[in-house]
Amino acid sequence: MGTQTRLDWGATVRLGLLAGVVALSLSLIGMVERFSERDIIGGVFSLGQVFLFGAAIGGGYLAARRSAGEELGRVLLGGLALGLISSLPLILLLVAGGLTDAEGGILLRRFLINVSPGLLKLLAFGQGQIAGSLILAAVTGVLGLVGAGVYLLPPRLGRPLLVGLISVFLIGLLSEIIILAWGNRGIGLIIRRFMFAARGLLVPGACLVFLVAAGSNVAWSGQQERVEQRLSTLGPEQQQRLRRGMIALGVLLLLVLPFILRTYLSEVIDNIGLYILMGLGLNIVVGFAGLLDLGYVAFFAIGAYAMGVLTSHSDLGVGGLSFWAALPFAVLAAVAAGIILGIPVLRMRGDYLAIVTLGFGEIIRILALSDFLAPYIGGAQGILLIPKARILGFEFVRPESLYYVILLACLLAVFVSWRLRDSRLGRQWMAMREDEDVAEAMGINLVKTKLLAFAIGAGFSGLSGAIFASKLSSIFPHSFQLLVSINVLCLIIVGGIGSLPGAMVGALILVGLPELLREFAEYRFMMYGALLIVMMLVRPEGFWPSAIHKRELHMEEPEALAHLAAGQTG
Amino acid sequence: MALLEVNGIHTYYGAIHALKGISVSVDEGEIVTLIGANGAGKSTTINTICGILHPAQGEIYLEGEAIHELPAHEIVMRGVSQAPEGRRVFGRLTVTENLEMGAYARSDNNGIRRDMERVFTLFPRLEERSKQVAGTLSGGEQQMLSMGRALMASPRLLLLDEPSMGLAPILVEAIFDTIREINARGTTVLLVEQNALMAFSVANRGYVLQTGEIQLADTAEALRQNDEVRKLYLGEA
Ligand SMILES: Nc1ncnc2c1ncn2[C@@H]1O[C@H](COP(=O)(O)OP(=O)(O)OP(=O)(O)O)[C@@H](O)[C@H]1O
Ligand SMILES: [Mg+2]
Repeated sequence: MGTQTRLDWGATVRLGLLAGVVALSLSLIGMVERFSERDIIGGVFSLGQVFLFGAAIGGGYLAARRSAGEELGRVLLGGLALGLISSLPLILLLVAGGLTDAEGGILLRRFLINVSPGLLKLLAFGQGQIAGSLILAAVTGVLGLVGAGVYLLPPRLGRPLLVGLISVFLIGLLSEIIILAWGNRGIGLIIRRFMFAARGLLVPGACLVFLVAAGSNVAWSGQQERVEQRLSTLGPEQQQRLRRGMIALGVLLLLVLPFILRTYLSEVIDNIGLYILMGLGLNIVVGFAGLLDLGYVAFFAIGAYAMGVLTSHSDLGVGGLSFWAALPFAVLAAVAAGIILGIPVLRMRGDYLAIVTLGFGEIIRILALSDFLAPYIGGAQGILLIPKARILGFEFVRPESLYYVILLACLLAVFVSWRLRDSRLGRQWMAMREDEDVAEAMGINLVKTKLLAFAIGAGFSGLSGAIFASKLSSIFPHSFQLLVSINVLCLIIVGGIGSLPGAMVGALILVGLPELLREFAEYRFMMYGALLIVMMLVRPEGFWPSAIHKRELHMEEPEALAHLAAGQTG
Repeated sequence: MALLEVNGIHTYYGAIHALKGISVSVDEGEIVTLIGANGAGKSTTINTICGILHPAQGEIYLEGEAIHELPAHEIVMRGVSQAPEGRRVFGRLTVTENLEMGAYARSDNNGIRRDMERVFTLFPRLEERSKQVAGTLSGGEQQMLSMGRALMASPRLLLLDEPSMGLAPILVEAIFDTIREINARGTTVLLVEQNALMAFSVANRGYVLQTGEIQLADTAEALRQNDEVRKLYLGEA
């Protein structure tokens, strides 16, 4: 063998086995079988098949990318080999699945509950063990080849193809929601009949989606260069006008969003909005000031309960206030709680702070649940009959109208966070986060700086809780679990800690996606975990990081550094 | 009246009695050095003056005004700033941002700009690297930044905690030249050092600290000649 054979077989085998193990794991946790009837394209292919075979295609693509620059035939061969290798773990499962216990049941099932006859039949394409294994290997082999082939396509063809396929997959995946939101009336109903099966796309629908997505990609890549060129020749004045135009367009879109989204998706957006509020608040505490708070849900609860007690029409209501009149009090209650929590933890750092705040969150929930406070806040029965917001007789009942209340709150929170970040206080937080002792020596009043972070963060959360209470009309202690704190923390980490757009992107991903993919509810936390691990490996700074965190995580990369240092804090 | 008058202070870390009645005085325009072995209490003294620690007993006066009960941020506003031990720069901020942070307690923008220029004249290396992230500076550059940051507070009294620690001999010379220059421009300096020889070469007076107590106090020249000091701190026979 000469120097020409640079194709790295070791890497191909490793990548192939990795792809196989991914497919095997998805089979063993039951996702392949469970979604085998969940069609993406009706009668053509299902989500289960995507889970089973996606790894082979992806592996083939990655293998081809690794061996870029090789001869065409070799790259394809690598893809084929990878596909074949990736079938090995599955074939092993097929063989092991053939073993039976004394009663004739599947032996493996005693340990791995998801190894069902159905799964084995799926893996073997309904054939016997040997024939099934061969078919399986052949299919994954071809798919590996296809993956490599996709990589080899010139971008002019490859990109539209990928965009088209991904669009078909996403629309097929979300078909139920799309139908629910738009497919019940008028023209939507007609389009639905043409495009959608009971679940997933119909073949003509899939073709249409593919053509539209791929076509617009082709059209765009034809124009992109020209558009960019035009943009770069614009004078500063025109650019300014363009930017204003974009902002106006964005605002307009935000204003009409509920009309586009209709009821169900508006409800989803409302939930996302409440989490964005909390995310922005926790972002101040954790992202700006560097204080790890794991009990953040407490302030959400306090805002919600304050709203409940002050406005409820039930026996527990004491104020009889309207939503708007109670809102400032709810926020103030949360701010006060933020300060009360802040004082005892002033001297704590890092892990200790995290543990104490964690405890605080639980104490608030347990207090809400306790018999001791039940006469005032209802204990496990919660508070009922919380009225909706009203303006001049208009009641914000439907998710579409509540959206505007939440939008207003979010805009306020974004504005406040944005102004704070670049303010004197924002710099105090930054210095304190970097090094508390030195910050103190620079003349920063740590007590004030910390308490302000806790108080402002708590205020945002209280605002969110207050709106939440009126949205649901009733509140119960179990809405305020530790999990809420963890969700909010995860969403700012995934979005990019310390970054304002990050909090929004994080909420869209971690709150929006699970709402849209309710079918996956039982796998939710597994996917959460997988997402977090992948994020930390691939993009530890988050989806939309602030410039400072990018700097920190890429200190070793001089190029990135020079580039980042030249730009400013984002 | 002395600019700084430390009068018999006792400072504790919990049960640990770190300072056992330290008295130090620094006159306007002086360079005074504090030397002593590891763990003698030098950094503790500096931090007690700054208000990061508070003495359980004893008083500290700045121009006759008691400051030992004030919080650190108020002491900075009265014109005392420190370059802490071990070059603790804000690693994720750029050089310029670090310097701006040093001027945190001030609001006279013109003065801040002037002082920034002054720091850049003292340390031209910092100007070259003004956009660089401080965590990626070399050790010596970080020490310069730490001193520059303390100067940005426009202090009347500058506290330097082991500025020569871990630096190459040639850089140590340069740092001490700069200290002299800073002092010549009117800033009083209290200098903590391990490198006693260099410290005595720039200082007017010195104190020798041992396990939380002042052992000797004299002019720098006298300490330089003192037999015990020569044996213990200068490594001479
Ligand atoms: N945070 C702390 N908690 C408890 N003890 C401390 C703390 N900081 C310092 N000490 C103790 O106080 C004494 C004086 O420490 P200090 O840091 O002032 O010494 P130093 O003279 O600056 O020494 P070095 O030259 O090594 O920096 C030491 O015995 C040290 O162990
Ligand atoms: Mg020390």
